[in-house]
Amino acid sequence: MPELDKKSWRNDAYAKVTGRAKFTDDLKFANLLHAAPVYSECVHAKLIAITTDEAEKLPGVIRVLTAKDVPGANRFGQIIQDFRIFADDKIRYHGDVVAIVVAETREIAIHAAPLVKVSAEPLPAVLDPEAAMLPGAPLVHEDHGTNVVNTHVVRRGNVDEGFKQADFIIEETFQTQTIEHAYMETEAAVCVPRSTDGVIEVYGSMQHPFSTRRFVAACLGVALSEIEVIGTPMGGGFGGKDDTAAIVCARAALAAKLLNRPVKMVYRRDWSMRESYKRHPYRVQYKMGVTKTGLITAVQCRIVADGGAYCSVTPWVTWRSTVQCCGPYVVENVHCDTFGVYTNNVVAGAMRGFGSPQMNFVIEQMVEIAAQRAGISGIEFRRRNLVRQGSVTITGQRLAGHTVAMEQALDTVLREINYEGKLANCAHGNGSGELYGIGLAMSYRGVSLGGEGVDFCAAIINAQADGSIFLEVGVHENGQGSESAMSLLLAEELGVDLERIRYRRSSTSNIPDSGTTVASRGTIMGGGAVTLAARELKGKIAGAFCGKLGCKAEEVRFKDNFVCGRSDSDRIAFGDAMRQMWQMQQFPFAFGVFKAPRVTWDEHTGQGDAYFTWVYGCQAVELTVNKKSGKVKLLNAVAAHDVGRAVNPEMVRGQIYGGMAMSAGYALHEEVKAPDGRITTLNLNTYRIPRSMDLPEMKAIIIENPDPVSPTGAKSIGEPANEILAPAIANAIFNATGQRHLSLPIRLGALPEPTTCGEGGK
Amino acid sequence: MKLFVNGKEIEVPAAAMEKRIVEFLREDLDLTGAKNACDVGACGACTILVNDEPCRICIKLVKDFGGQRILTIEGLAAPDGTLHPLQQAFVDRGAIQCGFCTPGMVLTAHAFLLQNPRPTREQIRHAIFKNLCRCTGYQQIIDAIEQAAPHYRSVASGISADVEDGILPSGMASDISKRSKLATASPPGRMPGSPAGRRPAAT
Repeated sequence: MPELDKKSWRNDAYAKVTGRAKFTDDLKFANLLHAAPVYSECVHAKLIAITTDEAEKLPGVIRVLTAKDVPGANRFGQIIQDFRIFADDKIRYHGDVVAIVVAETREIAIHAAPLVKVSAEPLPAVLDPEAAMLPGAPLVHEDHGTNVVNTHVVRRGNVDEGFKQADFIIEETFQTQTIEHAYMETEAAVCVPRSTDGVIEVYGSMQHPFSTRRFVAACLGVALSEIEVIGTPMGGGFGGKDDTAAIVCARAALAAKLLNRPVKMVYRRDWSMRESYKRHPYRVQYKMGVTKTGLITAVQCRIVADGGAYCSVTPWVTWRSTVQCCGPYVVENVHCDTFGVYTNNVVAGAMRGFGSPQMNFVIEQMVEIAAQRAGISGIEFRRRNLVRQGSVTITGQRLAGHTVAMEQALDTVLREINYEGKLANCAHGNGSGELYGIGLAMSYRGVSLGGEGVDFCAAIINAQADGSIFLEVGVHENGQGSESAMSLLLAEELGVDLERIRYRRSSTSNIPDSGTTVASRGTIMGGGAVTLAARELKGKIAGAFCGKLGCKAEEVRFKDNFVCGRSDSDRIAFGDAMRQMWQMQQFPFAFGVFKAPRVTWDEHTGQGDAYFTWVYGCQAVELTVNKKSGKVKLLNAVAAHDVGRAVNPEMVRGQIYGGMAMSAGYALHEEVKAPDGRITTLNLNTYRIPRSMDLPEMKAIIIENPDPVSPTGAKSIGEPANEILAPAIANAIFNATGQRHLSLPIRLGALPEPTTCGEGGK
Repeated sequence: MKLFVNGKEIEVPAAAMEKRIVEFLREDLDLTGAKNACDVGACGACTILVNDEPCRICIKLVKDFGGQRILTIEGLAAPDGTLHPLQQAFVDRGAIQCGFCTPGMVLTAHAFLLQNPRPTREQIRHAIFKNLCRCTGYQQIIDAIEQAAPHYRSVASGISADVEDGILPSGMASDISKRSKLATASPPGRMPGSPAGRRPAAT
């Protein structure tokens, strides 16, 4: 295969570029019913009654389903089972669904939804997480006893001593906003009762088929084996197609089960925006002690995350924020208190970055502020404090066993964009017209789930008697090219052409539950499983043919579609070898399992080896700010990320570009507005994600330091790419205008005249 | 009423006249490449070409399209499945991730290159700014459109891209007859059997 093809190869590219790829809403089934959700106008209320008669009388309406129709569990959740399939006691946020209308057509279902009457007794709503933590605040979940969902801490060294050693102390408070994933495809499910055995087949847009299966089975009160979630192309996830996506599937499955007909539920954009969980808004109070030589002596921080109405994964999101609360810097004295809080706002859950974009916005501005006070450059300040090979993190983890590439990533970006050369051109608020600025940010990131929980993954390789090969892996194709990366790894490991490999349509009935495809764990965990399975398969093949090839089993090699002995002339074509194995009554079949190396965590001290390996990245951006209008124009952006090894370089670059774009939106454009707990930015014309004209030319540089703990050497890129451009933009805006912006999104009006160079305004 | 969809004449049943055209294409004709993603004409995922001009069809009715020539993404590749060079460029340059915006993006780019086969990157960026993509940051999409541009120049001028590149006088590209030839031709792209283009989705 030509090199160009391998670098960008995707098994689904042809189908997607020709319109043949069938997403959930494109699937058709006979006798299909359609469902639409029913919301209430309340933000917080006691549910009194739901009246469905009028809606059910409408011709074409088959049935209205509410909590009382759920035969199994109406409440679910990955951590706390407080999420409802249907509201059953209270309305806790404006996106709570009280019922679904099932009808012959989508139009009828939508038309009937407002005819369902919800009677509810309003309760005082709590929309500010700080207020929610005060004694006497209205409780979102009475049975939880408090609005504090969870706390995390880091206790390292002695911060009082650390601040005494400091020559100056900087204290700032930062605020980040709620943002929406804005996947192009909304939540969607089609659930089909299988007439032969009653199994409910679930086709849907989700990034966790196994948790979907768990929630659907629990909702219906049936065994896991009664539900089959079948892989369907997904129009974007970014962390957002987990809980809400699973609930949508559960509701459609319930209707399909009760009515014994296929049911489709495709979310309208305003339903999706209203109901789906978002990225947590954070309030962070940050205090940093620094010596005049620019060394950080202590950090004290208090992090408050608004989790909204249900727990979702707030404890895990805030855990990552806690572990990474000092960024890629060595700090001996740290005192961090983190609170995840219930409010009556829209639920917050997983979103690409998972608690790091908020913290990096804080940290990467703090280091620049501190550098300025110390009278050194932000780059020099970073060099004096950053993690290096063998450094110990704030949780006591020694960074070893992999290449600690923080400074390499930093240097790569500095060189590529000529950062230090351009820094002198920054306007700092002086001049007129377009004010130029350049800025940078960097991060490290723990790979995969770490202390969040169980972390292992399976792969199945099933070679056929003609030499074609089935591959299936327990990670999910979210649109990122996971299936292609897995296939490329297998082709390389077996020394065969990609054309032989057919990635099986995934099914939860076929491969073991390998967890969710989140946390940038797809390539490292899935790829690890593929490699281990391929090695097992090669062992079987070598054992079968080493005699014929006149060598020892461990000397058998796999290259160019041949099974080879010591010399290239001793060889058997791969297809022939597979046929012969079948005749020998041996299956060229392998099952591989990659288990994440052990991690440790002490919840009381916030100390431990939080993640089994780390990745490092740096991004820089050039921009101008129009002095009159405050309009920001991004001119150029450069990123460098150590990914361990790039399996599919074009796809890696695509992750980096897409991550930077999303981070630019976070910095400058995006905000879910909900003044009274009711979201007003309900579609893509009011919720503004970056358009092509908003973005600059970008350059993505891949750094490869293969990681020994990863069987493939590959690590992660999805989230690291999405967590640092916002602070880089904030730093560049400071360098352009002299204004420090501690809240997101950054809103610039006309700039004041005159501006004092170097003084941070707010 | 008749529609001309991907070169085929379609007689529209009277009952379908008041339907949204996006639903007619998706449901009645099973052309599901055009996606519904916002229902308000904000995102471009439903874009098709009407007489070579991009059109957002989530907000339009079937009856608005009488006698019009419609191209959907399903009609861009050659009848034997060979990708159009623009589609091939999307594949080659990694411009496809989740793929949900891809049909609308490809068709918008196709219409643009028919008009302007010699674009700057800034012009390409401007041409697609109404089509939202959440995955790619548009970088590789712009790369792909840039890669495909020489093909449009060569078909417009009737000579190969390599020879033509840099020679074609400006203005020639807007020649109407050549544009229409370009829009309907089945140019030689990479055969579907080639590695990058062949594999159907895993589904």
